[in-house]
Amino acid sequence: MNLKKYIICVISAFLLLNSTANATEECFEGASRAIFKFNMAFDNVILEPVAKGYNKLPEPIKKGTSNFTSNIGTLLSIPNHVLQGNFKEAADATASFLINSTIGVVGLANPAEKLGLKAQQEDVGQTLGSYGVGPGCYFVLPILGPTTARDSVGLVADSFVDPFAHITWRENELLGISGSKVDYLSFKGTDAVDFRADNVVNFESLEKNSIDLYASFKSLYLQNRENKINNTSGNDEDWGNLDN
Amino acid sequence: MKKFSLILVSIFLIFKFSIVNSYNSDPKIFITELVNEAINKLSDKSLTDEQKLNFIEEIALEHVDVKALSLYTIGEIRKSADKEILVRFQKTFEKYFLKSLTSRLNEYSSNKLEVYSAEVKSSNYTIVKSKIVETKDNPEIKIDWRVYTKNPEKPLIRDLIVEGLSLARTQKEEFASILSSNNNDINILISKLDEFINN
Repeated sequence: MNLKKYIICVISAFLLLNSTANATEECFEGASRAIFKFNMAFDNVILEPVAKGYNKLPEPIKKGTSNFTSNIGTLLSIPNHVLQGNFKEAADATASFLINSTIGVVGLANPAEKLGLKAQQEDVGQTLGSYGVGPGCYFVLPILGPTTARDSVGLVADSFVDPFAHITWRENELLGISGSKVDYLSFKGTDAVDFRADNVVNFESLEKNSIDLYASFKSLYLQNRENKINNTSGNDEDWGNLDN
Repeated sequence: MKKFSLILVSIFLIFKFSIVNSYNSDPKIFITELVNEAINKLSDKSLTDEQKLNFIEEIALEHVDVKALSLYTIGEIRKSADKEILVRFQKTFEKYFLKSLTSRLNEYSSNKLEVYSAEVKSSNYTIVKSKIVETKDNPEIKIDWRVYTKNPEKPLIRDLIVEGLSLARTQKEEFASILSSNNNDINILISKLDEFINN
């Protein structure tokens, strides 16, 4: 085993051991808050201006880009649906990918959605969650943003499960198709810009109205992950007796 | 005669006011009527910004359970907190809530909201499901309303869940972070809210 693999194994084991911790617990809050500040500065200087510029592009270009990244994202969802035992969803996602990649011109259009095939995004973090692995403690990664012990292990595992990462990040050949790390990073960057562009107003509103922005982002991230894992929205906890 | 006219006008105004501010008690219809009226007012070009703000503040105070929401956002601390401090917190929270709410008005004034179903969770809560209709510039956004129905004649909004993300829970966790890093001292939270209100 080379050193890189050994380090990954040790970190993964540490993070998974931490997965019994409650997600509201911080792994290292001081460092996370500092990284969060750095990420916000990065967002202000680079991501937000790019996203605002992207929003000025003609609608068909934006829609096409969004469809394209979403279609490639489906490749990660397919094995995760299978790992979760959701075979119908796996079949739907596969059909969606094939239809969009062919009739939809390499995924620029989304005819599959019109046929009722709405691919749900799944990743290894969600799969681990569906197996009952707790989120573990919460922390913030540089550039990549909020995560938990479980989701960060999932993030690394994604690159092994995702066929697109297999041919780009790992530079392997699959069905005669190959790519490079640049392709992978370009895809991830475009996906991030597309997401940021969709949320310009929401981010501004959150920044303007939060008295602890770090805590707001943490809450929204954790709620979003919970909903994705449970495939539900919202819960009834804590709404007990509030009458004075 | 002048006095009589005055009484008539007063009755008319009171009647008009009660018509404007009374909504159906069925949670689904209540949300539909309330939101439609709010959107109509916000897009009414004959009204000044101040009039729009006043209207939104009025209906928010009347139909959102701000008092219960304030208690929810401080979690378990509400049970052990000093009553006087709690009252002060509730008053400050109300101002904070209104400022935060009205700062977002322009974002949603041009949207069309469709209420499509309601799910009774218990005798106290109904979740009304709605969506902001997709436009050329904005995607469809799902919004669920947690409506408190303990008094069936007067439903009250307690939470908005936007795309599965609860605004009340987000607020609660934000406050929890501030409280936990300040020895659970509500006074510090109140001063942070005051700072926000006065900025």
